[in-house]
Amino acid sequence: MRKKRLLVQMAIGCLLLLLGISSSAQTRTVTGKITDSTGSPVSGATVTSPGYPGGTSTGTDGVFHLSVPARARTLLISHIGYASQRVPITGPDVNVMLVVANSIQNEVVVIGYGTQLKKDLTGAVTSLNAKDFQKGAITSVDQLIAGKIAGVSVTSNGGQPGSSSTIRIRGIASINGNKDPLYVLDGLEMPATTNDGIATTAGISSPLDFLNPDDVANVTVLKDAASAAIYGSRASAGVIMITTKKGTSGTPLFNFNTSVTAGTIAKYLPVLNAGQFRTFMAGQVAANPADTSFADMMGNSNTNWQKLIYQTAIANNDNLSISGTAGRMPYRVSVGYHDEQGILKTDKLQRESIGIHLSPHLLNDQLKIELNLNGIWTASRFANTSAVGSATTFDPTQSPYQKGSPWGGYFEWTQSSGHLNSLATRNPLALLEQDNNSGNSGASLGNVHIDYQIPHVDGLHAIADLGYDAATGYGTNKVPANAAQAAGNSPGPGLNNKYKTNTTYVQALYQLSYIKDLPSIKSNINLTGLYTYANTATTQYYYVGYDAAHDTLSGSAPIYPKYNPDYSMISYVGRLIYTFDQKYILTASIRDDRSSKFGPTNRKAIFPAVAAAWRLKQESFLKNVDWLTDLKLRGSYGKTGNQDGINDYLYIPQYSLSSNSSQYKFGNTFYNTYTPAAINANIRWEQTTSTDLGLDFSLFRGRVIGAVDYYNKSVSDLFFPTAVPAGTNFTNNITANFGTMTDHGVELALSVNVIKARNFNWDVDYNIAYNKNTITKITVGTPGANFYGQQAGPISGGTGNMIQMQTVGNDPYSFFVLQQVYGKNGVPVEGVFVDRNRDGVITPPPSADGYHDHAPYAPVIMGMTNNFSYKKWSLSIVARANIGNYMYNNVAADLGVTEYMLNPLNYLTNASTDIYRSHFYAPQFYSDYYVQNASFLRVDNIGLNYDFGQISRTASLRVSANCQNVFVVTKYNGQDPEVSGGIDNNLYPRPRNYTLGASINF
Amino acid sequence: MVEHMKRNIFTIAMAAMLGAGTLVSCSKKLDRQPPNSVTASQVFSTNAGAKKALAQVYAAYALTGSNGSGSTNLVGIDAGTSDFVRLLWDASELSTDEAVCAWNDPGVPDFHNMAWNSSNPILLGLYFRIMYQVTVANTFIQQATAAKGNFKGSDLADLNHYIAESRFLRAFDYWEMLDLFGKAPFVTEKSPIGVGTYLPPQIKGDSLFNYIESELKDLDNTSALVAARQNEFGRADQACVWALLARLYLNAEVYTGTARYTDAITYSSKVITSGGYTLLPNFHDNFLADNDAPTNTEQILSIAYDGVNTQNYGGTTFIINAEIGGSMNPTAYGVPTGGWGGNRTTANLPNLYPDVTGTTDKRALFYTAGQTESIASISTFTNGYASVKFQNVTSTGQLPVGAATFCSTSFPLFRLAEQYLIYAEAVLRGGTGGTQAQALTYYNMLRDRASGNNASYEASSIGLQDILDERGRELSWECFRRTDLIRYGLFTSSAYLWPWKGGIASGTGVDAHYNLFPLPASDLNVNPNLSQNPGY
Repeated sequence: MRKKRLLVQMAIGCLLLLLGISSSAQTRTVTGKITDSTGSPVSGATVTSPGYPGGTSTGTDGVFHLSVPARARTLLISHIGYASQRVPITGPDVNVMLVVANSIQNEVVVIGYGTQLKKDLTGAVTSLNAKDFQKGAITSVDQLIAGKIAGVSVTSNGGQPGSSSTIRIRGIASINGNKDPLYVLDGLEMPATTNDGIATTAGISSPLDFLNPDDVANVTVLKDAASAAIYGSRASAGVIMITTKKGTSGTPLFNFNTSVTAGTIAKYLPVLNAGQFRTFMAGQVAANPADTSFADMMGNSNTNWQKLIYQTAIANNDNLSISGTAGRMPYRVSVGYHDEQGILKTDKLQRESIGIHLSPHLLNDQLKIELNLNGIWTASRFANTSAVGSATTFDPTQSPYQKGSPWGGYFEWTQSSGHLNSLATRNPLALLEQDNNSGNSGASLGNVHIDYQIPHVDGLHAIADLGYDAATGYGTNKVPANAAQAAGNSPGPGLNNKYKTNTTYVQALYQLSYIKDLPSIKSNINLTGLYTYANTATTQYYYVGYDAAHDTLSGSAPIYPKYNPDYSMISYVGRLIYTFDQKYILTASIRDDRSSKFGPTNRKAIFPAVAAAWRLKQESFLKNVDWLTDLKLRGSYGKTGNQDGINDYLYIPQYSLSSNSSQYKFGNTFYNTYTPAAINANIRWEQTTSTDLGLDFSLFRGRVIGAVDYYNKSVSDLFFPTAVPAGTNFTNNITANFGTMTDHGVELALSVNVIKARNFNWDVDYNIAYNKNTITKITVGTPGANFYGQQAGPISGGTGNMIQMQTVGNDPYSFFVLQQVYGKNGVPVEGVFVDRNRDGVITPPPSADGYHDHAPYAPVIMGMTNNFSYKKWSLSIVARANIGNYMYNNVAADLGVTEYMLNPLNYLTNASTDIYRSHFYAPQFYSDYYVQNASFLRVDNIGLNYDFGQISRTASLRVSANCQNVFVVTKYNGQDPEVSGGIDNNLYPRPRNYTLGASINF
Repeated sequence: MVEHMKRNIFTIAMAAMLGAGTLVSCSKKLDRQPPNSVTASQVFSTNAGAKKALAQVYAAYALTGSNGSGSTNLVGIDAGTSDFVRLLWDASELSTDEAVCAWNDPGVPDFHNMAWNSSNPILLGLYFRIMYQVTVANTFIQQATAAKGNFKGSDLADLNHYIAESRFLRAFDYWEMLDLFGKAPFVTEKSPIGVGTYLPPQIKGDSLFNYIESELKDLDNTSALVAARQNEFGRADQACVWALLARLYLNAEVYTGTARYTDAITYSSKVITSGGYTLLPNFHDNFLADNDAPTNTEQILSIAYDGVNTQNYGGTTFIINAEIGGSMNPTAYGVPTGGWGGNRTTANLPNLYPDVTGTTDKRALFYTAGQTESIASISTFTNGYASVKFQNVTSTGQLPVGAATFCSTSFPLFRLAEQYLIYAEAVLRGGTGGTQAQALTYYNMLRDRASGNNASYEASSIGLQDILDERGRELSWECFRRTDLIRYGLFTSSAYLWPWKGGIASGTGVDAHYNLFPLPASDLNVNPNLSQNPGY
């Protein structure tokens, strides 16, 4: 018995030695579990014993083991998002069951350039911790928060590995300028997704993809202008602040989690199968026996092209992190490996990431340094996504392969001469297998945050924050000479094209902050003043094009080796937060922004904000209302701006040389031409003024927590492509500031602990938001009689057709279409529309016969998360719904007509099964028949967890099974009711993912 | 002590960092300069730079934008559709008996329906494309004139020619505005450029006519341009001024109500007798990929395209690709990867020739296999004969370098044949200074070439209708037909019908206000100085 114990002790000793930790004989170990009010384990909580060195963190099971000196009497438990708690150590080697108070009021929330207790917040701010995030096959940060925050819509941009999401906070903030929120990562304001029209993240779709989601501790969304105004000119679409996981005190804690995911296509696009296709062609011959030209082209196979191009996609995700304290320096180091296939064959993404976080405290905590470094490296093979479209239209009676085909053995449509039919659809399988577009991207981003408490002035801090974000993306697209996709009329020449983009963002911030409690006058003041400089530079490299044999393609030589625009910003910010009697809180801030995008006279803009909160519960008349745990009323007013989404040099007159394929010939010499650029010397900031009125409440000792907000925004000086008077510029249309838009909405967020029993717990988080955008002005003067608005929303089919129209009094991007007439049987009557202007003629839009028929953005969005836990089991279900959003079914409009199948170009095309519904012969692009209600309810995520708890003295284990994109309930009959922008045209299908995962702490 | 020193060091370090921050705040950080671009003064500091800017004055006609075929200077219209010749072709040919288009692209069907309005995107494109050309020319004239002090000797002489050419091109643009819209926003090199700074006044009718005439006459009187046939291919010379004056005067009665046929005779004669131009022996060589050869003695000014170096989806690339469909083999016409199946003719054009095969008149360049002469459905390419007048093969049957979709065939803006017909028509319409006999001679020169000097194909006498028909045979698809039909009073009236005129299979007359195109609503909206044409 003694021997056994000795062995165990020796083993533990060895392990500790291995981990480089020496233990003292005069210590004892305290073991405990930290749970929140719902009984769920709290991971990552820091456990220390005040007065003694060392500390530890809880694992995902909430369990900690802490070695403390024998004389230690108390434990201090702290975690971002929770109030710190001191508990007595009641005995040695005793399990301490702790319940961390879930009072929203003591949560520490990050705000712009600082933190604040949630109880003191004056704006509409929502903060999510790791426990709130979506789980499963999460590859990017935006997916963590989908459906979780009232008024924040997260729409994935399709199922391609690495593809990001479109995030909109409280509707759209701009029409032609940047609509994406500003991301702030550990204080680093990340660059916009494009600079001067160049993607700042080539090969990767979003700046967020540069961060391993597993490293994220907290996501906080600043929704109202007063909170966001501190970020001034980049904040009009809201701000998303991301805090990464940090080092913990004490012995090193290892976390390893791994998951494997299988993704399958959720729904094929409905097109005719080979049998239906043959029946259709037989019908054509029966109707017109003289013309068998179409039927004659049919093959003998039955090919489901969609089945052929999609696969079950396997993904692996592994993350290992170590956190602890070395000397006096808490650290966290994490490495991640992600390997993912796309459901479209040949699509592949490999990603390696590293995160390093050091937070040394020096000089008796007077100097706090926080260093964050993130690096990521991806290797991708990008599938040729045009296969998605061609698989829907390729003739299902053809075999994928053809004996003796010069096109690499694939069947391709050729002319009778044997030449390639250049206008025909390409073999979808060949598009994938004969294209090798391989790209790499790498990014490093980081910042150092230095906070120095100036001696002798208590509460005065000097802060410097220096950060950078450097990214590169490059690759080569190779297509062999025998591939039809890069051929002339006979095989060749193929393709071998290089591409590369670099982005460098630097930010320097210097801040003075002063926080002072003045008990004599029951006041607290928090003053901040800061200066920042930021520069975003992108470089797009130009390469000569080669064919497969590495010969230069004629006309492909670039005239410049690169294009490297950059823009700078200088800002000054001041803010006061004043708290009186812990009841009344006033925040006032002012930001002065100057941007290089505007000429000297328009450069400067002032963004003021003011907000106030009244903690009603603290008033005597509510103190004794037992069921009301907390109540706060808040209101805010603020101004934000937008400068992203326009060119960097619009105000500067300039000439540039035309490209080599745009030369002009005099005599026998070709000249690159000096072209004057279109110019708007008056370009200036887009400005948004917002007000927000909100109520935060907590009822029944925190069993029900919620917030209600009403907001009103008005955007002025909108960036709008403006018609310029002919003869006054080098274009007919230039980005200028005019146009106004209003926006108002209501949001409700509720968290309810429905059942709380010894072994069973049920929590519901629910949010609903209503938003209404209205354009209020889009012309300089009074529009003329034949002015129908600004067209938008290009669709496929025909050349230059646009389906949306910006008009005063309507939603932005609302559809502008003809009103279809239906027969008694409910079938649309082809070519018959309501003559709305009664002139006897139907004129396609833009015309007086057109009308506004709904908009793509949902007026109502909802999200709901149900968490159930029973003993060691927990189940989470996340659902989202959009109500009132409409979609233009471009797939049906383009492919769902007979004429599409009977094209005169000597090849066959398949049609959408919508042909059986509409019975249209010719395209009816402007029919409102195709504007379809795309309201939906999507069960995004179902996750089941089992927590084994301690599997050994030092290790705990948790396993999970997860399904993402479980099902969708919708009346929309296209492939997916959720397409950002509202035009459904061959979206890369979102997979349905099944994930198994395990997480071990030791 | 040590602790204290440490603190001081950190305090100093913090102060230094804050100081550094303040230093970088100088506003120079905000004066960023665009990469890969230069200022006007840099461009106009050398002859070579000025010539590249002049190249843009011309390229504005040939290209849609400066960064390849997908770029465009215009917004609100598809990039590939936004080129000068394609837009002009749609407006001048699809609105007549010479062409119909199968496509349902925005604005295109309006032309054969003769039902265009101020929202038509093709007309918007055409209007703004021409005014873009004017603006580029204005800026060139302004900057080059200001830079004259930097130039000496032959460089200065070159610069003066560049300026004169830009003035000619601007006059040509204003003539197009007069012919198509009857009016124009009036801007010159003195007008400011920018947003919200300036609203141009409108110029129309007589005033616009007088402005064009005075500019051209001034260029002629000062011999500002290089002498006829002495300039490089692709650049305007003195004969261009005469050729445009002749065309302007021929149509003067339409534009101003006052006939100027005598002047038309004067200037067409100048081109014919003093220009040194001769008809090419083979008519078709004017419309093939090597029509820009220095040996082309018939073309006075052309827009030069090149399948590799001057790419755009309009121009001859449009004309040639859009004429190929049905059973035609694109490679045979020089576009192996092309063939867009769009444009054909109505029966009226082939009916102008003795036969459609070209046996008698080689200008009958039609493709008829698998095509019907009549048009049951405009959207069916095989309805209506296809024209193969423009091709991307050389006169010796070769494909140009890099032949795929983009074409190397130049588009003639002025060629000698037109001047013969202007002379003949002006004489028949009562102009003085010419003779009926000379008119008949010129007329028969064209017929001799067309028939391979078949004397029986010569006419012994001609009337005005013969001229119109001959113009159809000679100048079809060269953007003349609309102007010609208007001059003959046949464009809108029911006196002359063709299949699908006015959107009716049998053809119908439409209101006379369609003789002028409407100004685009978008310009009327932003410039209160403009007035719309009557009827729109």
